[in-house]
Amino acid sequence: MPLRHFFLWIISLLVYAFLYIPLIIVVVFSFNDSKLNAEWAGFTFHWYKVLFNNHEMLLAARNSLIIAVSASILATILGTMAGLAIHRYQLKFLPFLAFTPVAMPEILLGVSLLLFFLQVLNLTLGMLSIIIAHTTFCIGFVTIIVRARLQGMDESIFEAARDLGATPWQTFRHITLPLIRSAIIAGALMSFTLSIDDFVITFFTKGVGEPILPIQIYTMIKVAVTPEVNAISTLLMLLTLTLIIIATRFDTSMLKGDSKQPR
Amino acid sequence: MVLTSFRLPGEFGGLVPIHILSEDANENPGLTIETYQFFFSDFIYFEIFIKSFAVATLTTIICIVMAYPLASLIARSHKKFRHLMIMLVVLPFASNFLIRIYAWMIILGPESTLSHMINSILSFFGIAPVTLLFSPFAVLIGMIYVHLPFMILPLYTNLEQHDPILLDAAQDLGASSWQRFWYVTWPQSLPGIFSGSALVFIPVLGMFAIPDILGGTSDIMIGNLIKDQFLSTRDWPFGSTLSIMLTLMVLVIVGLLSWLARPGTRTI
Repeated sequence: MPLRHFFLWIISLLVYAFLYIPLIIVVVFSFNDSKLNAEWAGFTFHWYKVLFNNHEMLLAARNSLIIAVSASILATILGTMAGLAIHRYQLKFLPFLAFTPVAMPEILLGVSLLLFFLQVLNLTLGMLSIIIAHTTFCIGFVTIIVRARLQGMDESIFEAARDLGATPWQTFRHITLPLIRSAIIAGALMSFTLSIDDFVITFFTKGVGEPILPIQIYTMIKVAVTPEVNAISTLLMLLTLTLIIIATRFDTSMLKGDSKQPR
Repeated sequence: MVLTSFRLPGEFGGLVPIHILSEDANENPGLTIETYQFFFSDFIYFEIFIKSFAVATLTTIICIVMAYPLASLIARSHKKFRHLMIMLVVLPFASNFLIRIYAWMIILGPESTLSHMINSILSFFGIAPVTLLFSPFAVLIGMIYVHLPFMILPLYTNLEQHDPILLDAAQDLGASSWQRFWYVTWPQSLPGIFSGSALVFIPVLGMFAIPDILGGTSDIMIGNLIKDQFLSTRDWPFGSTLSIMLTLMVLVIVGLLSWLARPGTRTI
């Protein structure tokens, strides 16, 4: 058994290394005093200076943040509601519909949304179309997470609450919500990262006017690779890192509250 | 309201070809199955579909193999560390998808240390040097790297809910550690595996950015084909036909996986 555990640790560490080494390389090369991402030539902040003088890039970053925040809030609310509804009423058809956007490759969603915005809604492509698009694909993820948590739970807890005379709202507020809270937060976090991460759907639903971060990065990678990409990547990683640390703080304080609430 | 918000993409996806064909009056007056005939007339499209399918299958299997040990280790760890460990999985996943592909561009690039290392080993055995970047290998690595967390998370969520009492019981009944895994843990984890597989397999199938950036000209997949029809060639009807083909494929897979994952299929 200890040997088995040891192997498990080794493999896990290798998987972690696989996940992290590429990102560390990106960060390291962002400080590299060379135009090539090949050999270490000395430490510099040059690429960050270049970046901060790039107004289009800054605008793109702002736009992407607005989109991610709006889309994740909308998706978390709608997705949690859907997850609860599917579980409560044991709906047969809704799960299928809810998971369709998740189950479909992003490119199909991108193409469908492009056609939908242009030909049905007659909407001009821009920030609004991207927010709607992002919300659409995030909902499914929130629903899956919330529903998975509900499925693993013992139904008798809710029956007990009802037997003790709790109203449906009280049951929800004091039993269901604390139990699924971590799932909701996980869903919200996932939505945010998916949205800021998303390239494919943005690629299809973007307008011509507003620059969006992933599109800018894609163009830079495809056209001319400079360590400026490393610099913006590093900053973006720093941002998500900070956000997640904040979210973790938020979550652990809630976890402490958890132990008290379902008395 | 919730219902309609979900319905939009799925429902509309089904309407795409009819809609476009009727809109695009210059090329196709009215409805036609011309694009579908075109699809089946040329074997190359079929070949690309098969290739995409193979890449997706391979990626999914490698992801399961890599994710399982990590997910079970996290699920078994002390509650205090679980949160941190799962965070460590989510963090790289929180960085932009393009950045993660870009990282592999650096690692696999012709001037990289890894390339030099592999090629010096190869030349030692007298094999001609290889280019790592712009190859099917690079595409596969990129696919695994980007989709691995999608496998770890559902698997962990599933494994976390297993009751350790079952394993204790199995041990009391004389089961070896391998038997405990195969007869107790593995069957219980199948729903996690299937949902993870769906989350990996399907996006890989439609991916265009990774083959676009890491792959060579011959490594195009369904996604690249569709993208080109919509944004470069501007043949929207044919693009829609390809999309419908992909949708059908995905529906079959989803149907299969949810049939496999339905509760109570396995008796322990």
